[in-house]
Amino acid sequence: MDAHVTAPAADHEHDHPSTGAYVKIGIILFVLTALEVGLYEFTYGEHSGATGHALQPFFVPLLLALSAAKFALVAMFYMHLKQDHRLFSGVFVFPLIIATVIIVALILLEAYHFAFARSG
Amino acid sequence: MTDTAHAAHLETATGLDNRKLAIWTFIGSECLFFATLISNYLVHKETWLSGPGPFPHEAWTSPSGQLFEPIIEIPLVTLGTALLLFSSLFVVLALASAQRGNRKGLLLWLGLTLMCGFFFVGMQVYEFTHFVHKGLTLKTNLFGASFFTLTGFHGTHVTLGVIWLLTLWIEAFRGKLPPAKSLNLEIAALYWHFVDVVWIVIFPVVYLIK
Amino acid sequence: MATTALDPRAHAAAEHAEPTGLWSWITTVDHKRIGILYGATAFLFFLLGGIEALLLRIQLGTPNNTFLSPDTYNQLFTMHGTTMIFLGIMPISAAFFNFIIPLQIGARDVAFPRLNAFSYWVFLLGGLFLNASWLFGAAPDTGWFGYANLTSKQYSPGLNVDFWLLGLQILGVASLAAAVNFFTTVLNMRAPGMKLMRMPIFTWMSFITQVLLLLAFPVITVALILLMFDRFFGTSFYVPSGGGDPLLWQHLFWIFGHPEVYILILPAFGIVSEVLPVFSRKPLFGYAAMVFSGIFIAFLGFGVWSHHMFATGMGPIADTYFSLVTMLIAIPTGVKIFNWLGTVWGGSIQYKTPMYFALGFVAMFIIGGLSGVMHASPPADLQQTDTYFVVAHFHYVMFGGSIFGLVAGAYYWWPKMFGRMLDEGLGKLHFWLMLIGFNLTFFPMHILGLNGMPRRVYTYPEGLGFEQLNLLETVGAFILASSFLVFLINIVRAWRGPRNAPADPWNGATLEWSIPSPPQEWNFAEIPTVHGRDPLWERKRERGGPLPEPPRVSGKGIHLPNPSYWPLVAGLGILAMMVGLMLIHHLGPWGIIAGGAILLFGVFNWAFEPAG
Repeated sequence: MDAHVTAPAADHEHDHPSTGAYVKIGIILFVLTALEVGLYEFTYGEHSGATGHALQPFFVPLLLALSAAKFALVAMFYMHLKQDHRLFSGVFVFPLIIATVIIVALILLEAYHFAFARSG
Repeated sequence: MTDTAHAAHLETATGLDNRKLAIWTFIGSECLFFATLISNYLVHKETWLSGPGPFPHEAWTSPSGQLFEPIIEIPLVTLGTALLLFSSLFVVLALASAQRGNRKGLLLWLGLTLMCGFFFVGMQVYEFTHFVHKGLTLKTNLFGASFFTLTGFHGTHVTLGVIWLLTLWIEAFRGKLPPAKSLNLEIAALYWHFVDVVWIVIFPVVYLIK
Repeated sequence: MATTALDPRAHAAAEHAEPTGLWSWITTVDHKRIGILYGATAFLFFLLGGIEALLLRIQLGTPNNTFLSPDTYNQLFTMHGTTMIFLGIMPISAAFFNFIIPLQIGARDVAFPRLNAFSYWVFLLGGLFLNASWLFGAAPDTGWFGYANLTSKQYSPGLNVDFWLLGLQILGVASLAAAVNFFTTVLNMRAPGMKLMRMPIFTWMSFITQVLLLLAFPVITVALILLMFDRFFGTSFYVPSGGGDPLLWQHLFWIFGHPEVYILILPAFGIVSEVLPVFSRKPLFGYAAMVFSGIFIAFLGFGVWSHHMFATGMGPIADTYFSLVTMLIAIPTGVKIFNWLGTVWGGSIQYKTPMYFALGFVAMFIIGGLSGVMHASPPADLQQTDTYFVVAHFHYVMFGGSIFGLVAGAYYWWPKMFGRMLDEGLGKLHFWLMLIGFNLTFFPMHILGLNGMPRRVYTYPEGLGFEQLNLLETVGAFILASSFLVFLINIVRAWRGPRNAPADPWNGATLEWSIPSPPQEWNFAEIPTVHGRDPLWERKRERGGPLPEPPRVSGKGIHLPNPSYWPLVAGLGILAMMVGLMLIHHLGPWGIIAGGAILLFGVFNWAFEPAG
């Protein structure tokens, strides 16, 4: 915490991924998106078959895993979290944890409420 | 924006630039903003006033007898998603150009970023108009309310990002974005990536999960 | 051991001409001036909130009273709560964050001076907007917590709730901007050698407060947006007939609201943790435990919100979980209390006004904490909730806690901020009147509550046994109010007197006492290097005695940020947007668009003006 390094404008170019690496990540992101849509079509689409229906209980976790992978790729590489000071990761991840806790808690609380406390 | 060269003279206790730390702090706060909107969407997902749902993927008849056809167009939204993802790639390349002093590259990649952003907003506007024509508005039911609120605020964030990046593009065009000032673009790019990352969550949650 | 009085010759010779006049205050970006602006404005709002409380107490002093109509009563108690929390405690805390944090960490200013000014102006405009509602006879009247669906268009068709929700949104912008600013400042602007675990404890607690602000305010922003959409655009987020759920409001509000109460108390914790050591001539007992308990309280504070909802039928699992985690928070809080006691124990007690208020804080906060733990049990809470027992609890922690702590800070730092000592005799009179008045007003509420007097009622019938205690409380409230009259007299007397306070009147431990009172614009002639906690005590130990009075220097060659009016313009843009929203049915989108244009105009000019 005592570092007195002048905040660099372009100092850390050396640890940046190369242009090629960025493009590769872009392609992976596109492929992951295609997989998400493909998974949807396969499981719920008009032409989905028996295998697709069997996949339905796993759909949400699989989908969330795919989007989590995209999220991580953009955060770690495009937003440079992997190469940057850990403090930035902390400043981003801690609110994400609180955010996830809140989303999950609200779903659970309201689900109970709707199941047991409402007539409609 | 402000004098980056001046800022670079200031030594900070962490060695990190003030504005970069500030934008990350802001982004962290915005995570809670969108998490609350997403929670609201998820909580209300199954609770139309009546009707089996899940409209918008399947047809639904409202209590008053109005028939709603499925309205989500996955191909269009997927295109929008792809546009936003590529725009993140383009802005990264724009930043790399800025840092190396490659003005032409900067203008090209940042311009492409802007076009992607612009088309994404256009797609959202089209989608919203299309939904309204098909009978889904803010007031129709809770899905409509939650959907438009969530995607509307995201779209507003994208629009503000477009304005920000456009300002930087104009600065670059006027030769006022040299490597010493590339941090200005880096900060805008971080905001832009965040807006993309929020969409990465919204896309499956809203459009793919029934 | 106070240092010698300021040498007037040194004072006159080296004085750097600081800008004067109204315009210099409007365009200031100096954290010290902004701190004073916050403090003065917040104090005025606090007095307004106090008058609102006195009116409530007059109404409640006797049964079946007709001093206030039910409607006016509802507006007064809503505005009292909203004012005290958002326009009183929070901005007074902000006044101290502003003035003191840069001094304590050895910095010349905050990370973003213009953003700092922006936060102040938006706060002022938000407070004015909220209180403008009185002019329309439509002050918010649904409680500071605005429960749905009383706040729906159906049950609150007037402008009252619109003023409330838009006013809070404006204030939220101010808080978020300030939080980003101070978070960055504390991390990035510390003097060389000031590791995080060497920071003054007030700075630490304030830093944790900024994290809470950053994480909690977005939640209420969304909650208010959803309410606004319900009222303005006909959605049904909280409206049962449209499929919505009023309870969702409660969840979202309290997910914000519980961290908010820690936002209200942590700065006071920090102040008391500064005052007790200085006036006991002993270092803070268990510094590390104080830091980590603060972090733990803040983190846990996000997990307890539904303890405000035990009577809403959440079910046994939710009730149990929230009850247990709420009780858990008592542990780090207890650690703090024992550490405060451990600080004072065996110390050489200096019986000065700041110490009185700090000790009063500890005593009052213990009582408030105990009633809080009693609420943590759902079966007990079912008896206590919505009664005066709760009113007692939160006044003990918010007044007995936050206000006592903030007043301690005022007396402690007054010489530093204004260069004048407040009178000790008047200070102690303030303390005793405040302590007695406070306890007379709020202690009986525990009894009234357990005897069944509900809260949020504009009157009560005879014969229920409520009369005598209510009358006593009203008398107590006036005694409490008189204590602030004494404070005002003290302030005016000091203001009229000479500006001759020494740099270090209390034998302080932290860096703010090493510079003149009040500090020069640039704070430190040379940025200090820090070698441990309590740097000033260390310097005095090495020197073997008190430090000489620091000279005022010319400040040549020290670079300061330029003043600017663009933060105010941007703030006016935000206000205009909210007014535009309020008038959306008359103006369509044009009010909002005009406001947005002003905001963008302000922001662009701000971004492109030379930093200087």
